[in-house]
Parts: sequence; structure tokens; C-alpha cells
Amino acid sequence: MIRKLVFGFAGLALLVFSGISFYQSRRLKEPVVVSDGVTQVVRLSKYFSGVEGTANDCNMYILEGKEPGATFCILGGTHPEEPAGRLAAWIFAENAVLQKGRLIVVLSANRSATTVTRVGGAYPPEFSIPTSWGEQGFRMGDRWSNPLDQWPDPEVYIHYPSGQYLAYVDVRNLNRCWPGRPNGTLTERTTYAFMEMIRKEKVDIVIDLHEAELQYPVISTIVSHEKAQDLAAIVSMTLTDMEGFKMGMEFSPKNLHGLSHREIGDFSDAAGLLFEAPEPFLDATRGKTNTEQLLTGKDDFVVRAGQHGLLFEKIDANGWPIDKRVGRHTSAVLQTMVSWTEMHPDKPMVCDSIPRYADVVARGLGQYLRNPALAKPGRIWYE
Amino acid sequence: MDIIITFIYYCLVAFVSAVLIYNFFKTKEWQKEVLTIIVVLPFLLRLFMLK
Repeated sequence: MIRKLVFGFAGLALLVFSGISFYQSRRLKEPVVVSDGVTQVVRLSKYFSGVEGTANDCNMYILEGKEPGATFCILGGTHPEEPAGRLAAWIFAENAVLQKGRLIVVLSANRSATTVTRVGGAYPPEFSIPTSWGEQGFRMGDRWSNPLDQWPDPEVYIHYPSGQYLAYVDVRNLNRCWPGRPNGTLTERTTYAFMEMIRKEKVDIVIDLHEAELQYPVISTIVSHEKAQDLAAIVSMTLTDMEGFKMGMEFSPKNLHGLSHREIGDFSDAAGLLFEAPEPFLDATRGKTNTEQLLTGKDDFVVRAGQHGLLFEKIDANGWPIDKRVGRHTSAVLQTMVSWTEMHPDKPMVCDSIPRYADVVARGLGQYLRNPALAKPGRIWYE
Repeated sequence: MDIIITFIYYCLVAFVSAVLIYNFFKTKEWQKEVLTIIVVLPFLLRLFMLK
């Protein structure tokens, strides 16, 4: 009996310890000190009440220029385990000032997925970015919606409306659930709400920010719907020529469904672009799965995989630091705005106060995160 | 339909948790006691909506 009590209390201690850790991680508050350029912050449920009160009723930061122009939307956090996408969007929400056009910034497109880490993946629950005023913490997140918000998964996920069969787990993958449906799962209702927003706000370009493992062929590239192929091609060439990093361009496959770059273009007047940056943390051959690896992108095992010709992107002992990955995204978004304006002078998009790749690498991402302690009243929001 | 399936799922989780805890008290082998404790933890974390 004493043995049972000892084992029972040990189990209870493990349950309480892990339970508190998961509970706190799920509710970690991430402050956003919005830029002076942000004129409105609305919830996703404004566009579709089916997500009201759910984990995915995320904030949307709307910036309006002094002059009219195009409307762009930046989606960060489609896959929260790809943090450069969220952090690049964060820089826009906290720093951008628009001269012409309108910008809608989303930091947690799949907010539910920011509240969980990969089951069995031993991911760190959160990570911190050093700044001049201290450290800012962020939830690590996963690729899929939290099973606490949408469960169980089906045997096979049948995409709506194409009827295409996809991996069962992708029923919780925001980037396999476009264009969604109003009576579907939480993830499908979320993409449906975004589609409603895109249609009602007459968005011209949606940019979905991602990262990819180096063993994945779709990396360091722009994936473009056919509506935006010319734009993507010129952005790709300009970035590769002028910014000091390679950026490819690929066509969105017409028969692969559920992805933002395919369905947004097919089901709205907007065109979808998806940007990929390299993230060694996602590689199956990685070594330690810890915060240092996540932020430095250094990994001897991934380097060895590269020496054996198994990778689609270069890597050396310097890794792929988070500053480089975020800088790639900020430059790619800014260049998309510049090239769009050159191609559509009647519908310009001009954005100031955002650092390009070289600035983020030189000064560090933390220099562009604002101190919540110094925020003016009403200018701080939480993700 | 999703709500009904989710409700049934949580009923199953509660049932399996109860059976495992019953087995923990029933068994006389210490290895099985440790095994049961380890196995029941993820069920309880899900039942209490913690993970």
C-alpha cells in the first residue's frame, strides 16, 4: 500500500507539474505595441461570427495610408512553429507607417496552433528574443490547430470543396483548409472567415509567411498563384540581385488543394503569395530540439545532411539565425509592395519604417520590437 | 456532428482513465503500477484539457 501511495503521488506530481507548464504556455500573453500607423484593430469574427469566442478569433491590425491605393494582407502564424513568419508580421504591426494604400496584418492566423507544441516533439514551449529593454517572450506553437480546440481527427481528411484526399492530420492545418466553409471544423471556419475578410475588404494581395525545412524542395522561394506570377517573378529577381540572398519563384500547383496561394486566388479577387525561409529546426535530421537551435539555426546534423547532398538550401556552421530569416521576409514583403506599385501606379502601396534584410541582420530583430512598458494608453494589444 | 463526436471522444478518454486507475490499485506487481501511471498521464492531461 505504501508503494502504491509513493507511485501515486509521484504520478500526481508529474501531472500537476506538466499540467501547470502546459496551462501557462497556452496562456502566455504576447504584447503588441502597435505602430502609430495602425488605425484600427479588429477581431476576425467581425467578418464571420462562426469564429467568435473561439481560440482563432485573432486580432487584425489595420494600417491606412494618407492616400488611397491597394490593399495588402500579411498573414503571420499560419504555421506558428515557423516563427520567422510571425515575427516579420510583428515588425510590420509595431513599426509600419503607410503612405499609400491599406495594410491588414495578422500575427496569429491560426491562433489555436500557437497554444500547443508538437505532441512527442519535445519542442520548447516558448522562446525569447533579446531587445535593448529586456527579452520578449513568444509562444512556440505547432503546425496544426490545438487538439483541445479541434478533435478527434478523421481517418482521411477530405478537402472541401475539391474532395481531394489529404493526410488526416491536415484537417487541423490552416494551410490545407482554404477556402474553408461556414459549417466546417474550427480550422475550416477560420479560413472561411479570412476569405470573407479578403472579399469584403477587397484585398489585392495576400502574403502568407512561412518557413521550411532544408530537406523540403519548396524553400527560399515565393509560391505564386497565376494571377500574381509577373509580380512574383520580378520580386524574386530583384531580391536575388539586390538584397544578397537567393529567392526563387514557383507556380502554385493547380491540382493541390487547400493551400493559401491556390484557393485565395481561385475563390476571391485577391492573389495569394506564399514566402518560404529556411528553418533547420524543422529538419527531421536535426540534433537538439531546443530554443538555441530554433533561434540560431545551427545544427551539425543538418550540416552533415547537406554534405551528403540531401538538402535543397545551403547551410554551414553559421546556421540560419532568426534575424536572417525574418529579414528575408521583411525585404520580400517590402519588395512586393515596391514592384506592385511599379506595375499598378494607379493603385500604389507605399510603406515606411520597416527594416530590410541588411538592417535586420545588422541590428538584430530585437531592435524592432517595442517596449510594452513605454506603450501609450490604448496602443498595446495581446496575442 | 463535431460536437457529438468530441463529446463521445472525451467519454472514451474518461473511461480509459478510470480503467487504468482501477488497474493501478488492482495490480500487485510494481512494474505494472509504474507502467499504469505513465500510461494514464496523457489521458488525464487530455481529460482536464491541459494538452
